[in-house]
Parts: sequence; C-alpha cells; structure tokens
Amino acid sequence: MTLDSKIPGGPIEEKWTRYQRDLKLVNPANKRKFDVIVVGTGLGGASAAATLAELGYNVKVFCIQDSPRRAHSIAAQGGINAAKNYKNDGDSVWRLFKDTVKGGDFRAREANVFRLAENSNAIIDLCVAQGVPFGRDYGGQLDNRSFGGAQVSRTFYARGQTGQQLLLGAYQAMSRQIAAGRVKMFPRREMKDLVLVDGRARGIVVRNLLTGALERYAADAVVLATGGYGNVYYLSTNARGSNVSAAWAAYKKGAAFANPCFTQIHPTCIPRHGDLQAKLTLMSESLRNDGRIWVPRQKGDKRPAAQIPEADRYYYLEEKYPSFGNLVPRDVASRNAKEVCDAGMGVGSTGLAVYLDFAEAIGRLGREGVSAKYGNLFEMYQKITGENPYETPMRIFPAIHYTMGGLWVDYDLMSTIPGCFVLGEANFSDHGANRLGASALMQGLSDGYFIIPYTLGGYFAGNKLGKVSTDDPAFAAAEKACAARTEALLKVQGHRTANDFHRELGNLLWENVGMARNKAGLEKALKRIPEIRAEFHADVKVSGTASDFNQNLEAAERVADYLEFAELLTRDALHREESCGGHFREESQTAEGEAKRDDDRFCYVGAWSYQGEGVQPELLKEPLTFENVPLATRSYK
Amino acid sequence: MNFTLKVWRQKDATSKGHFQTLEAKDVSPDLSLLELLDELNEELVLKGEEPVAFDNDCREGICGTCALVVNGQPHGRDYGSTTCQLHMRMFKDGETITIEPFRSAAFPIIKDCVIDRTALEHVIQAGGYVSVNAGAAPDAATIPVPKEDSDRAFAAAACIGCGACVAACPNASAMLFTSAKITHLASLPQGKVEAKRRVRAMVKAMDEEGFGNCTNIRACEAACPKHISAEYIARMNRAFLCASVS
Ligand SMILES: Cc1cc2nc3c(=O)[nH]c(=O)nc-3n(C[C@H](O)[C@H](O)[C@H](O)COP(=O)(O)OP(=O)(O)OC[C@H]3O[C@@H](n4cnc5c(N)ncnc54)[C@H](O)[C@@H]3O)c2cc1C
Ligand code: SF4
Ligand code: FES
Repeated sequence: MTLDSKIPGGPIEEKWTRYQRDLKLVNPANKRKFDVIVVGTGLGGASAAATLAELGYNVKVFCIQDSPRRAHSIAAQGGINAAKNYKNDGDSVWRLFKDTVKGGDFRAREANVFRLAENSNAIIDLCVAQGVPFGRDYGGQLDNRSFGGAQVSRTFYARGQTGQQLLLGAYQAMSRQIAAGRVKMFPRREMKDLVLVDGRARGIVVRNLLTGALERYAADAVVLATGGYGNVYYLSTNARGSNVSAAWAAYKKGAAFANPCFTQIHPTCIPRHGDLQAKLTLMSESLRNDGRIWVPRQKGDKRPAAQIPEADRYYYLEEKYPSFGNLVPRDVASRNAKEVCDAGMGVGSTGLAVYLDFAEAIGRLGREGVSAKYGNLFEMYQKITGENPYETPMRIFPAIHYTMGGLWVDYDLMSTIPGCFVLGEANFSDHGANRLGASALMQGLSDGYFIIPYTLGGYFAGNKLGKVSTDDPAFAAAEKACAARTEALLKVQGHRTANDFHRELGNLLWENVGMARNKAGLEKALKRIPEIRAEFHADVKVSGTASDFNQNLEAAERVADYLEFAELLTRDALHREESCGGHFREESQTAEGEAKRDDDRFCYVGAWSYQGEGVQPELLKEPLTFENVPLATRSYK
Repeated sequence: MNFTLKVWRQKDATSKGHFQTLEAKDVSPDLSLLELLDELNEELVLKGEEPVAFDNDCREGICGTCALVVNGQPHGRDYGSTTCQLHMRMFKDGETITIEPFRSAAFPIIKDCVIDRTALEHVIQAGGYVSVNAGAAPDAATIPVPKEDSDRAFAAAACIGCGACVAACPNASAMLFTSAKITHLASLPQGKVEAKRRVRAMVKAMDEEGFGNCTNIRACEAACPKHISAEYIARMNRAFLCASVS
C-alpha cells in the first residue's frame, strides 16, 4: 500500500478554493439516494451529521451515550481559536496557520493546516448564528482571550464551557434534522466492526447496548468521528467511555493508523489521590498566567506549604526558563514536573504533585481579583480535593489529555479504506506532534461543517457505487466475528477484572511510553504488553451475558482493544528516534535538555498498516515538506 | 471511613426492583461516590455476581449522564453538584447511603440505576434550535448582543440535560429543562426570530411526552446542579401565552 495524500496543486492559499471549484457535484435530487453512516456525535460527528442532512443526504448516526449531547467534546473548557483579528492585534489566517504548523513541531501537512485556519472564521460565524453564547464585552462584541502561549488573542470562549456550548450548537442543528426525518439517531450503540464490500466501506456492525444484540447497518459511506484514545493510559482527562475500539476495528480492516505515539500531556490536572481513582480532572491552563509553580528544594520535605520559607522553595520553571517562566508550553511544563517528582521533591501524599501557588497573585490582585478570573476553577478544585486554594497552594500534576495520532486520512479526510472517512480527534489530524490549546474544537468543527460536506460529495460523484444490503455475506461474517470475540471473553471466567488489567496496562504505558521515553523503557513495554494481553485472555472475569445491558462486558471489550493498540503505540514511539512535540525521546535532546527533532530521518507521517494477527504491521511513510513555514527549532529559554 | 450502601437493583424495565445492601469498609474520604461504586462493582464481579448498572461518563459534572438519587435527593444534597461530583468526605462516617435511579414516569428504568431519558430529546427536537444551515451565516460581528442578554443566554444554556429537575418534581414536570432552552435562545437576536414557534412546539412536545405541569414547588431549582433558575419557567409561561394569543 502507498499513501496518496491527494493534496491539490497551486499556492497554499488557493488550494482549498481551487479544490472546491473543481469538485464534481452530486445533483441535489440525487443526494437523498445516498445513505451515510456517521459514528460519533462529538463536535466532529454531530457537525458532519447535521450538515450532510441539510444537504439532503440520508444520515444514520450512532453513539455510545444515551444522548448524542453527552459526547466527550462536552468537557472542553478553554475555547476555540479563529483568525478573526477582532482585536486588531495582527492575527490572520496566515498567522494561525504558521502557529499551528510550528506548534505541531513540523509534523503536520501544511495544506491541511492552512485549510483549517481558513475555515476557522466561518466556524465562529456559524456558531454565533446557531445561538452559541460566546463571551462578550460591554459593547456587545465578541470577546477573545489569549490561550496556550499564543501571542495574539484569538480564542473565543463561553466561560469554562466552550465545548459544551459548541456541542449543543451542533447537537441542536442535528436535532433539527432528526425532526425533519433526515437524520436517524441510534444512541446506546457501539460500533464493533467496519464492513467492507468490494474493498469499500459499506456499513458497520454495532452492539445495541440496551439489549446486547448485534445489529447491521449498510450505507454508501461511513464517517468515523469516534474521538481520541487517551484512555489507553487508564487515567486521563477523557470521559470514561472514550475508546479506541472503532478506530481499531477500522485499522484491522485496512485503515492505516498514523503517528499513534503523538500523545499530549496536560500540565495542570488535579493529581491522583490513590489507586481507586477513575479519571483525572483537567483545570484550565489559564491558571498558569497567575499561579507560580514550585516544589520544596529539599527532597522529602514534608512541611506544609505555608511553613516552607521562600529560600527553601524551588520555582523550577522560573529558574530554568527565565523568559517564559510558568508559561512554557505544555510538554515542557509537564516534563519538568515529572522530573522534580522523580527526583523526590514532589508534594502531597503520593509525592506525585507540584504546587501551583496563588499567594502572590492574591497579594497583587486581591482575593476578589483572583476569584473573578479563576473562581469557578477554584471551586472545582475544592470540590474534588476538599482543600481551599485561596489558603493553601493547589497541587497539580500532568495527565494524558489529547491524542494527535489517529487514523491516517488524505486531503478528503478519507482513510486508506475507500469510503471510510475520519473526522475530529480520531484522525491523525492537523496538529502534527503537538496540539495548540483551543485548536481541537476548531478542527472537529472544520472537519464536520466545512470539509466533509464537500469531499464526501466528491467521492459520491466520482465513484459508481452499487447498492449493498445488510444481507451481504460481508455483514454476516463481521457479525459472526464480533459474536465470537464476545463469547470468548465471557467464557474465560478467570480471577481478575478487566479494569484491573486496564490499570496495569495504563501504569506500564505511563511509566515507559509517557512524557519522556527511552529505548530501554519502550522495549520493556513492548515485551510486557503482549504478556498482559495473554494474561487478560486467560484470566479475565467478565460478568453477565452477551444478550443483556452489560456495562462490564462493554468495558472489557474496550480493554481488549487497548491491549492490542498499546503495542502499536509503543512500537511507533520506539521507531521514532527523535523528539518532537509531545513525543520526547531522552536520547534525542539538546545539552539543555530540550527536545531535538531529526528532520533528516523523521520528517514524515508514520502510518502503520495492519498485516494480520501476530504479524508485524507495515510502516508507511508520507514525507512532509515545508514550503511556507521554514523548518525551525523552537526555543523557550 | 465505613458506609452501608443500599443500592437499587432491578433486572429490567418490567421486573420489580429491590434494595441490595452493600458494606464498604476503610473507604478513603477522597474517593468519589462513583469510584466507591466502581470498587464495590469490582468486588461483585469477582464474587460472580452482577455489578450495579449506573450511567456515567465525564465524571466532572458536565455531560449530564450520571443520574442517581442519593439519600432521597437527585444528585445528592450538595447543592450545585452532579452525582459524579459527590465525594465520600461529604458523608458521615458510618452513614447508610441509599442510591437509586431518578424516578419519573417519563424516565423508565432500563436496569438497576440506569434510566431512559429519550423524552428530553424529543423536547429539543421539537424546536430547541435556530434554523440556520452551515454556510448561511453572516459575519459573527454583524449583530452586537448586549452583554446582559448574552450572559442570560449563557446562564440558561448551562443546563446539562440531566433530568434531575424532572426527578425532583412531584409532578414530573420538565419545565425547568424546557424553559432553560427557550430562555437561552430567546435571549439572543439569532434565536428571537423563531421564538414564538419554538415555545409553542416545545411546550406541546413536553405535554405529549407525559411530563407534568408546574405548580410552583421549585424542587427542580433546588435539585439542579447547574443553578438553572425557576424564573425561566415564568418567562416561558409568559412567552407561551403571548405566542398562543398572537
Ligand atoms: C477535559 C478536556 C478539555 C478540553 N479542552 C479543550 C479546549 O478548551 N479547546 C480545544 O480545542 N480542545 C479541548 N479539548 C480537546 C477536545 O475536546 C477534543 O479533542 C474534541 O472535543 C474531540 O471531539 P470529537 O468529535 O473528535 O470526539 P468526541 O467528542 O470524543 O466524541 C466521540 C463520539 O464518538 C462516539 N463513539 C466512540 N466510540 C464509539 C463506538 N465504538 N461506537 C459508537 N460511537 C462511538 C462517542 O459516543 C461520542 O459520541 C479538551 C479535551 C478534554 C479531555
Ligand atoms: S435544568 Fe438543571 S436539573 Fe434540569 S436538566 Fe438542566 S441541568 Fe439538569
Ligand atoms: S458523569 Fe458527566 S455529569 Fe456526572
């Protein structure tokens, strides 16, 4: 297999326009003859479903939750970027494009990133028209803030609930289409397999989570918008139900999986309290604008924060990076936190936390001033930890937050399986090796509202697709394989729960394939993962039956997929002997301990192609060229 | 800490349910209530018993999935919290905690503590949107929106669709939920155009789904984790009257 990214020719600022101009169109009257399956109702899926239905396609939509409105996108807090330049501070599509390419550490496709930046403004227009209540100033104009180290204020927000409000906008647009009969919604359905007929994606097999029954759905194209795989680490900021299973099923049917090792760690999460913790909670990065990060200088200093005098405090970011201080990028802040904790300077009962101290800010802005800016975050922190951050410093620790890797897609957002399109966090995305804050929401909505409606039409207009029904033997075969996997899991009746295996896998990955990776650790993980997987299939205990509402079984099947996927992630991390963005290889760093890219050897997208069980996957390379943003090294010193 | 949990068990929609008693020993006060349930479920699985079914996803109070009545109150007694935001330190050591699903005729029980809230979907589908297609929007800065209006829109839009208001209401009314969406959209110029049609359609859908009427008890407001104000109900009623006579 070779990768053809299908990037249109011409100067970068004209590519998308030309592409749209030259696109073959589907006659409006014919659109309703096409059936489209959309899996996932986050920003990517809901926006795609609504827009495709508005165009006249027949859309079937699936999600795991009881309501499409509950997709994980709902949890995004900070905001969404757009190059509106309402602040007149020099922003432009070009600047957003360049920032995103650089922020991604030169591991994304220029053409895609430019299109994303171009679409950013139309997203804001549409969302406002839908009634998304973005923050406004006293003049009634839309307000912006600067976010994640950007030098311009381009982030639109709706208090700390930007994801929720954007998702409700898309959900409501989709609800309108449900009422109009153009979208049929199937909640509490989990996609179990992708069905190919004549080499094209023509349907899916899902488990009806209410009854356990396997169901078949056929269509002319399948759009996956099933989110990221951060939960492979067990603890992450993702929702409990977030999973890799749908993407993994597509991978095993032939969709190449790109850059799985590009994962993002967020520096300001609430630390774990113990082994029974179910997930981690993110606190907005904006806290670093006013909070000062420190640990005791002395190893094992157990004095309460208030009793540690200034001289005994180590403000490690301020000392090491005098010009950026506490505002260094996410990966730098995260790695440094882990380093000081590994060196024994961590705080809290587990020693896996650092202080984020607002005493100075309270002195400067007053308690009210701090409360006006961060009140809701302080409240959230107090709810979870029982501690009052106005009085004692917050404790924070990095956590897995976002995954840049995902199914490889071409300029049409089509995977290596014809007719299978991938949107949102599930694709390998426009963020390269590192995503900038407030850019995931932008990408999901760009994919769904403004790209797939065009490219899917191009696919339909350019290909003769015969009719396929769910009676096709390919459906029966896929369904049989799904049932057999479930049967096998239920039969084991061993001694450990799936959750217990998941936790073990997560710890292994966090330690060896986490923020800082090295050859020995990666090889250790690569050896251990298949062992855990074998133990899982020999000793897991799953309760209940396949023909029932069975959450324990749902979770176990997701863990089974994580146990396979983790190996690919680790293999990818091992092969990429360079540091870039969120992927830090200890062997590849500068004398000052900064990430060192190796553009001569690794300036490509690494996409893995499944070759069968027990066979090494094949690595396909899509070389990356940078004609508009010259390759450069980042520096935050 | 130690707790006795009385948890609602019900095989399926039609079976009769009962409380099962589970003992929790040496519980860390930092655990969330749902983490405690996770842990008890692990024990049940290992003993070969069926774990307690309960819905949850984000575990941080924003997705609206979790829906338990804790000690008789939807989302428990901590005002402004969802079920997933309850932590064991909020309970007394040795306390007996009852856990059951939201109860309402409009929300049939699926299994144990899992309910079906599809009725709320139908209310939104009836008109809880602005009729605009992708591609048809003017520049976002064209229409300034007074901050006061946009703040009100936001406060109302903060509803997470959990249904606690319905569960708390003796009449099983969905007025708080519905009025929140109506207020959100009617507060913005973009949503005003369809305001009359919307309020008629959504109120009708609410009635058709079997939700009850509002008799001003305000239990909804007290149970709402997102501080949605019962004042919106009055607004909705006024808007409905206006829309019906014109
Ligand atoms: C706490 C947090 C805060 C964030 N804050 C920001 C922010 O401020 N700005 C920003 O830009 N980004 C932010 N992000 C990232 C951003 O929220 C996500 O990347 C983005 O929302 C993902 O959207 P999505 O549509 O791709 O997938 P999701 O929203 O994850 O949706 C996935 C959908 O797929 C469905 N699904 C999954 N698997 C299956 C299956 N097998 N079968 C059927 N359905 C399935 C799910 O039910 C769900 O509907 C944040 C992320 C987190 C975790
Ligand atoms: S109004 Fe409050 S209680 Fe009712 S659904 Fe919305 S958030 Fe839940
Ligand atoms: S699980 Fe999302 S609100 Fe409780």
